[in-house]
Amino acid sequence: MHGSMFETSPLLPLASRLFEFSWFRDSGADKQAAQVDWLFYAILWICVAFFVLIIGAMVAFVARYYARPGHNAEHTPHHNNTLEAAWSIFPGFIVLWIFGAGFIGYLDLRNPPENAYEIQVIAKKWNWSFVYPNGHIDADLHVPIDTPVKLVMSSDDVLHSLYIPAFRVKMDCVPGRYSTLWFEASKLAPEDDGDDVNWTDEGGFDLFCTEYCGQGHSSMMAKVIVHPSGTFGPWLEKAMVWPEDESPAARGESLYKKRGCSQCHSVDGTSGTGPSFKGTYGTQQLTSAGEIKIDENYLRESILNPMAKIRDGYKGVMPSYQGQLKDNEIAALIWFHKSLNPENAGTLPATWTEAGGVPGQETQGEATSDASTAPVPDPAATDAPADTDPKA
Amino acid sequence: MISQSREHSLLEAIAADPSRKVTPPVGPSYLTNPPGTGFWQGVMSWVFTLDHKRIGVMYLCGIMFAFLLGGLQAGLVRFELWDGTPNLLGQTEQQAQDAYNQAFTLHGAIMTFLFIIPSIPAALGNIFLPMMLGAKDVAFPRMNLASFHLWCGGAMFFVATLLTTGLDTGWTFYTPYSTTTSTNVILATMGVFILGFSSIFTGLNFVVTVNTMRPKGMTWFKMPLFLWGIYSTAIIQVLATPVLAITLVLLLCERTMGIGIFDPARGGDPVLYQHFFWFYSHPAVYIMILPAMAIISEVIPVFCRKHIFGYSFIAYSSVAIALLGFLVWGHHMFTSTESKLAAVIFSALTFSVSIPSGIKVFNWLTTMYKGSIRLATPMCYALSFLFLFTIGGLTGLFLGALAVDVHLHDTYFVVAHFHYVMMGGTLIAFLAGVHYWWPKAFGVMYNELWARVACLLVFVGFNLTFFPQFILGTQGMPRRYAGYKDEFQFFHQLSTSGFVVLGLGLFLAAGVLIASLFNGRKAPANPWGAATLEWKCCSPPTHHNFIEQPWVGEPYVYDDFVFDPDEGGYVEVIPDLSRGAKPAKQPAEPTTV
Repeated sequence: MHGSMFETSPLLPLASRLFEFSWFRDSGADKQAAQVDWLFYAILWICVAFFVLIIGAMVAFVARYYARPGHNAEHTPHHNNTLEAAWSIFPGFIVLWIFGAGFIGYLDLRNPPENAYEIQVIAKKWNWSFVYPNGHIDADLHVPIDTPVKLVMSSDDVLHSLYIPAFRVKMDCVPGRYSTLWFEASKLAPEDDGDDVNWTDEGGFDLFCTEYCGQGHSSMMAKVIVHPSGTFGPWLEKAMVWPEDESPAARGESLYKKRGCSQCHSVDGTSGTGPSFKGTYGTQQLTSAGEIKIDENYLRESILNPMAKIRDGYKGVMPSYQGQLKDNEIAALIWFHKSLNPENAGTLPATWTEAGGVPGQETQGEATSDASTAPVPDPAATDAPADTDPKA
Repeated sequence: MISQSREHSLLEAIAADPSRKVTPPVGPSYLTNPPGTGFWQGVMSWVFTLDHKRIGVMYLCGIMFAFLLGGLQAGLVRFELWDGTPNLLGQTEQQAQDAYNQAFTLHGAIMTFLFIIPSIPAALGNIFLPMMLGAKDVAFPRMNLASFHLWCGGAMFFVATLLTTGLDTGWTFYTPYSTTTSTNVILATMGVFILGFSSIFTGLNFVVTVNTMRPKGMTWFKMPLFLWGIYSTAIIQVLATPVLAITLVLLLCERTMGIGIFDPARGGDPVLYQHFFWFYSHPAVYIMILPAMAIISEVIPVFCRKHIFGYSFIAYSSVAIALLGFLVWGHHMFTSTESKLAAVIFSALTFSVSIPSGIKVFNWLTTMYKGSIRLATPMCYALSFLFLFTIGGLTGLFLGALAVDVHLHDTYFVVAHFHYVMMGGTLIAFLAGVHYWWPKAFGVMYNELWARVACLLVFVGFNLTFFPQFILGTQGMPRRYAGYKDEFQFFHQLSTSGFVVLGLGLFLAAGVLIASLFNGRKAPANPWGAATLEWKCCSPPTHHNFIEQPWVGEPYVYDDFVFDPDEGGYVEVIPDLSRGAKPAKQPAEPTTV
């Protein structure tokens, strides 16, 4: 057993945990959630009533009629149709009401408003990609507050399910078809300062995968960052443009963590599902297509077409990132990969400018003006069409 | 007091005329071979026995072994979840995640296919169904033996899976994960396929046995309710299991040849697999719970010394559950992208199943009213069942309600719900049944005090393990996670602590029963005063169960039974026919087919 077992004794926080106990977390984070919570509590009280009735009767009968000298069972009627009808029909009405309430709430959950803002979702083992109408792909889900958001979801490999507990919504992501889900965030996450424009924000609501999908299922999480009114558009503009003075390797490291590489590839030399990134750049390795040198071309090919040359000792299980990582992102990942080889330490560019600019991106001044003309959705103008097909 | 004087007069009557006391003649036990049997001859006399009781006992040993195996996997799961980082089952996080995924998969698959489904029908049903009919054996003894041999075959496939690359698909084998994982899906599905045949054989045997071998005088509505429950179960086994077998064959073809039934790239559909799978596996839930309810329907009247209340409603509700159970599979798929219309229809049908389940609970409670409730171990388990099954059943209302299910689906709420039904229901009822029939099956009494302590430990440990999981689920903890966020840790640790108590309780219960085989007091023929036929032969029974045909009477009338201190158990007193009493009973003669 691990030491942590004793460090984290359940006894200490017991009193405080029970004191602040609540069935739900993050109440009121979504317009629909209150309806779900209300129905949950209604059913809970119905259940408590029945439980008290049934178990109360059971305990009372045992207490009153327990076998003891001088006490004998009485002959009572063996059946009573009125009684049977009563306890069939009365609960029947109650469950009919629960059904009706659940049905109405479900229709609200499943039918998004016409003007909902669309975000494409691609689920794959074991990370989420959120594709915005302007082409920006993010590992976290950024949404504007008080705006209906519709997710159009698909899976690249096995079944996944997108679940945002704070919004009480969930839907499977199935390969070969699109599923949809919608919500309308109505408050910021507790830890969120509402000022997030960077990759590094720690706040946000949890987003989980809830359909078992293999090894990394329990780490297939993301954050839902709710942007206060008026800040979503500017965030999305800025997210598309990388600062020229940023370190390429640092950007690569961020992508490595956020876009699912870290699930299978370590950076400390240990083998995971895939080979480690550390110390392999520039080396000769055996693959399914013979001996090759790990260089930019091999890395690029392995990202876009992972089955082409599989390193010996590993299984070909990596999904393709074709259409999901742009050229600048692949470049940043390669810089990060290079930075893990100590021999390259001194030769790496400190900024994109030194590396010859961000691939595919105009100089900063032009880029900004470009981006501002792009169809950046504003919470007010919500009918922006999705121009990125996840299968592209 | 009227009843007291009845008891008194019955004792006086048998003192005056011992011939009115029904004492089953004692014969050689079915458990032992005649003296002089060689060792291998002895082994073969078990392995190839056609005696339904020996087959039942072998099933009992087999499923207890499976339960231990599945329980150990549960332990791996619970201890890995003591803290939020996957670190216990492997060196690296990935290894720990892999090992965790295998542990919860094998826990689910072993418990479902090797333990719960055969537990009550194949073990207890096999031993007691023919005896409750006053019969010598089931209709097809060879098929019965084949069913057990198939079970062993299926179990070997599972052990082989465990010893090779394992299985990490979850017990549901959802495609496309199950067609792409590198673990041993083929071995495991072949195991399940074989176990399916074992289940069909048992079901078919019981349907035919109940239809054709009821003794004269035992009409359908004079059958013990256990037989109604087992009969309903057997119908589901025969009708639903072939669907599972076909589904698994398709899965095997998909995996080995890539025929594409479930692959969207080849014109198939992964969600179709879920429809096929749950078309069996939801009825299978009733294969698990109906026999459990049937045991409770036997235990409660005996230990309340009262006729069961609402016999026909309990009997019909079993059939109703069996039939409605076929129509609700889609409630496992509310978030699977199934159509809104399908979701609404399945939700409505799901709520309809709650009515017959409620009917049973209310009838059991009414049976207790004005009874004389004896808290012997089987009754303690039955009360425990009522408590846990009520919670399990009521929490189903949350999951049937569409809007709430969307939030709770695939979270720990579901895990807690089905453990309350499957473990709190079926396992607890199984333990009630084992403790109830133990004296008959093995001819010994166990230590009543320690057996009740074990029952209490199991009850406390169970609630401590699974109640916190309702809270975890509502707060958003997804199921099948090898790690979790810090805010979930407290309830996970409560749950793991509960597992330890639960484990201790189960080991104690097993220890008490095993100890009784060596030093238990010899059991009387009828230790609890039950009126069903299996108590009208000696304990343990002889090879053909009944040396003399028993008298078939009302299964829930206890008026003619009195505790006889000489016997250490209850005896039946024949009404004094010479004084003009009407013969309410008649000797059982098996009807000829």
